[in-house]
Amino acid sequence: MPTVTIIDYGRSNLLSVQRALEFCGAQVAFASDPQQVLEAEVLVLPGVGSFADGMSMLRQRGLEKAILAKAEQGTPLLGICLGMQMLLDSSPEGGFTKGLGLIAGPVLPLESADVQGQPLRVPHVGWGGLFCAGERSDFSGSPLEKIRPGEETYFVHSYQACPARKQDYLAYTPYGGRPVCAAVHRENVTGVQFHPEKSGEVGLAILRGFLSRCPGV
Amino acid sequence: MSRPGKIRLVARLDVKDENLVKGIQYEGLRKLGDPHDFAVRYYKQGIDELLYLDTVASLYERNNLGEILRHATQDVFIPITAGGGLRSVEDVGAVLKAGADKAAINTAALRCPQLITEVARAFGSQCMVLSVQAKRRDPSNPDAGWEAYYDNGREHSGMDVLEWVRRGVELGAGEILLSSVDCEGVQKGMDQSLIAAVSALVDVPVIAAGGACCGQDVIQAAQNGASAVALGSAFHYNKLQVPELKQQLEQAGIEVRKCQQ
Repeated sequence: MPTVTIIDYGRSNLLSVQRALEFCGAQVAFASDPQQVLEAEVLVLPGVGSFADGMSMLRQRGLEKAILAKAEQGTPLLGICLGMQMLLDSSPEGGFTKGLGLIAGPVLPLESADVQGQPLRVPHVGWGGLFCAGERSDFSGSPLEKIRPGEETYFVHSYQACPARKQDYLAYTPYGGRPVCAAVHRENVTGVQFHPEKSGEVGLAILRGFLSRCPGV
Repeated sequence: MSRPGKIRLVARLDVKDENLVKGIQYEGLRKLGDPHDFAVRYYKQGIDELLYLDTVASLYERNNLGEILRHATQDVFIPITAGGGLRSVEDVGAVLKAGADKAAINTAALRCPQLITEVARAFGSQCMVLSVQAKRRDPSNPDAGWEAYYDNGREHSGMDVLEWVRRGVELGAGEILLSSVDCEGVQKGMDQSLIAAVSALVDVPVIAAGGACCGQDVIQAAQNGASAVALGSAFHYNKLQVPELKQQLEQAGIEVRKCQQ
């Protein structure tokens, strides 16, 4: 089992993510400077808070370039919640801000009305089912491959990723009668909008799926 | 705004020192064991959330849940709310750091309503759960309304529950933990008119608590607009099991998160 390095940029509660990864058998280390990121075998980018603030913390600490370099080298990278959104090109949250650009497309606010025009609660907080996006009929070839469509995970978010390339869009969850991006996946880079560390056995199965795809397993 | 989707079942763990306790109308606390054992059991049975309340914290003005929460994160991987004696943004930060996802605040919010706004700004409104202990002003008169209590139903604030809930949401509360002092621990059903009144009043999710002892209580609470129901005694004393309760709800046409066995 590889050592998983959680990127610590001062903006998230790392304990729950750490404990869930350890429960799945991983060793966990933390990286708060670029060198530690560059030495990592596997990276997890967690996150709670606003996009602008998160990106500014990554940049201030010189972590952005290190993450991009590792992603380019093929190091497995999992973004969680804000960490997933930061994989995309940009977000208006906290003022228009460029993201890491590893997954093409913007992050946009969740709609404040459902398809019938009724007010929709934002932030979206709660359990939502995972369904295959685009032409997929299962989640094969991704960390979600053990997940049966409809299995539920725990979401807390006000913004949504809008992947530009269909093939990057892995899973959606329905909210207010519309699909909302729940997971993105492109080669070694995966992002999940939900919190796998708070999603019971389904979440743990996704973390195990991510770990099982890492070299050295 | 209707209740979106599924009803959440919350296991409520009242803690005193290191022990899980349960009182009747908040008095006469009985020790039931190590809260961790109960938490793991409910997690494995498919509970949707856990609620830890430090029952004596507001008396001592400090919350002692840190160790218990950190322990929980080793074996429990669902959302956790922590409350009891949280007085400041720093206190909330500390329980979040220990593994909680949300903070429930009652006494300190009644003393200083501005705290609701500060917590919501610092951590997001979804973190800020306003805990309201409601007691009927006159049990013989259903129209007399409810008064907000604090310190586990010991002290009354003079504040009308509906007014306080509305104000709390305006100030930034993202969820209401609505406990009935009259029904608490009595195991004779919930104050359904309280649940209906508060759920109709605000858009944010309402967690109904106090008195749930059978599936019918939970079904009614859901029908009255609650987004979640918290159960303590009914689970602790094995009167209800999570999988059977979920099955019962589904049969009544109420959607639940599927249990993983």
